Amino acid sequence: MKQYDLVIIGGGPAGMAAAIAAYDEGVSDILIIERDKELGGILNQCIHNGFGLHTFKEELTGPEYAARFAQQVYERGIAFKLNTMVMDISEQKVVTAMNAHDGMFEVQAKAVVLAMGCRERSRGALNIPGYRPAGIYSAGTAQRLVNMEGFMPGKEVVILGSGDIGLIMARRMTLEGAKVKVVAELMPYSGGLKRNIVQCLNDFDIPLKLSHTVVDIEGKERVEAVTIAQVGADRKPIPGTEERYTCDTLLLSCGLLPENELSRTAGVELSPVTSGPVVNESLETSVEGIFACGNVLHVHDLVDYVSQEAAVAGRHAAEYIKADAMEKSSGKTIQIEGEGGVRYTVPGFIRPDCMDENLTVRFRVGNVYQNCSIVTYFDDREIARRKRPVMAPGEMEQIILQKKQLQNDVSRVKIVIEPNS
Amino acid sequence: MAKEIIELTCIGCPLGCSLKVEKQDAEILSVEGNTCPRGDAYARKEVTNPTRIVTSSVKVVGGEVETVSCKTASDIPKNLIFSVIEVLRGQTVTAPVRIGDVLVKNVCDTGVDIVATKEVQSA
Repeated sequence: MKQYDLVIIGGGPAGMAAAIAAYDEGVSDILIIERDKELGGILNQCIHNGFGLHTFKEELTGPEYAARFAQQVYERGIAFKLNTMVMDISEQKVVTAMNAHDGMFEVQAKAVVLAMGCRERSRGALNIPGYRPAGIYSAGTAQRLVNMEGFMPGKEVVILGSGDIGLIMARRMTLEGAKVKVVAELMPYSGGLKRNIVQCLNDFDIPLKLSHTVVDIEGKERVEAVTIAQVGADRKPIPGTEERYTCDTLLLSCGLLPENELSRTAGVELSPVTSGPVVNESLETSVEGIFACGNVLHVHDLVDYVSQEAAVAGRHAAEYIKADAMEKSSGKTIQIEGEGGVRYTVPGFIRPDCMDENLTVRFRVGNVYQNCSIVTYFDDREIARRKRPVMAPGEMEQIILQKKQLQNDVSRVKIVIEPNS
Repeated sequence: MAKEIIELTCIGCPLGCSLKVEKQDAEILSVEGNTCPRGDAYARKEVTNPTRIVTSSVKVVGGEVETVSCKTASDIPKNLIFSVIEVLRGQTVTAPVRIGDVLVKNVCDTGVDIVATKEVQSA
């Protein structure tokens, strides 16, 4: 069996950044395994601009951002296999994969970085009533068809869900000549970035109907019409509020789910909130030597943060490989708990003696909050308080914890959303 | 004319700051709510001559893939978005294409070029 120090599952932004960071930390025996025909992952179909402001201090399109990282992979001579599907990862870090050239093969890794990304919530997972005609696509599928394959999925479009991909596709379909009639969002707030509401919907007078959902899809062979209705606080449709839109296409942009089938085969513990692995400060999962980063860990809005996070995972994976086993920590762990609207935190716990000087803790809130503060407590002692005029579930938040502050006998870290007095 | 307050959401970065622009006739008196200079610049442009970066794709001849993604090298007047798209619809480019290659010079007389944002090798 071929052996590698580090095997990275996925050659998107997370996998590439992890590989580059691990290499720069002194581990060069790396294999990236990617199922698509090129590196870059989902960025290759995200041809719109807005990527890289943090990383490169300029606004790039998805393919440009991907190309800059791919270039760094090439320059370092990091090995990668394209068109290759990973079938299984064992707890002993044997990775089973297959492609048309090598057939089925196994590689033994000293450490693994999970960077498989996420996938879109499908119609089947949404329980939308009605027939099952052609013309219903996830927004990301439509994005791939329009931007990479050169096909238009339809001419008259209704979009369910106001996630960023749905908003981006509302604009893209409009530019390519389709009529986007409405974007319906179940929640009373948008799931996408504010800038995308402005430049993808408002710029083209596309209505966004909050607290609305699809209650019927008509058409046997092809979508002919979609009926949406307002929902109440219980998110159930309100009778009498139905509106029917004739259309040939329904796009779904209803959330992203980390893709963790492989993590499960490796025995990695998953969080019921994020659907991603539970990780420590080094972004190491419950299985020693298996690390996770990017959208497989928790869904991000900004690729810049994916790259940052993945670099941390790659660096720690390299440290793990070089030490031949993570230097045994004293065993002390500190839980990070989210309260008052903080749905989850990544990482979920810290081993203080393994921590970097500064640790970025990322999280999402469960509702829209105005004039609130993010307050950090060590046990019951307030450590930091940062005012936030607006917070929403669609936008990831973060705090920085400093190692020097955690020296004392802290038993838990608490992150709380509190109203400003 | 009376003072006018225009409320905007900045699109300069994903923060999406809420901006308030105070305007009298054509003169901008103040911009509030921005957290960086980009926000100030955006607000002033948005209430006078709004601009956008346009991204799309054009057909490739003789390439390993059918299309190549592209963008306006800088922002163009918002009211020209559809004119730019119309120019791109009729456009083809022959592989190989490299990032930054100019696909259309001075699109719609904006002084701005359309440049490729992805590499496409010859088939």
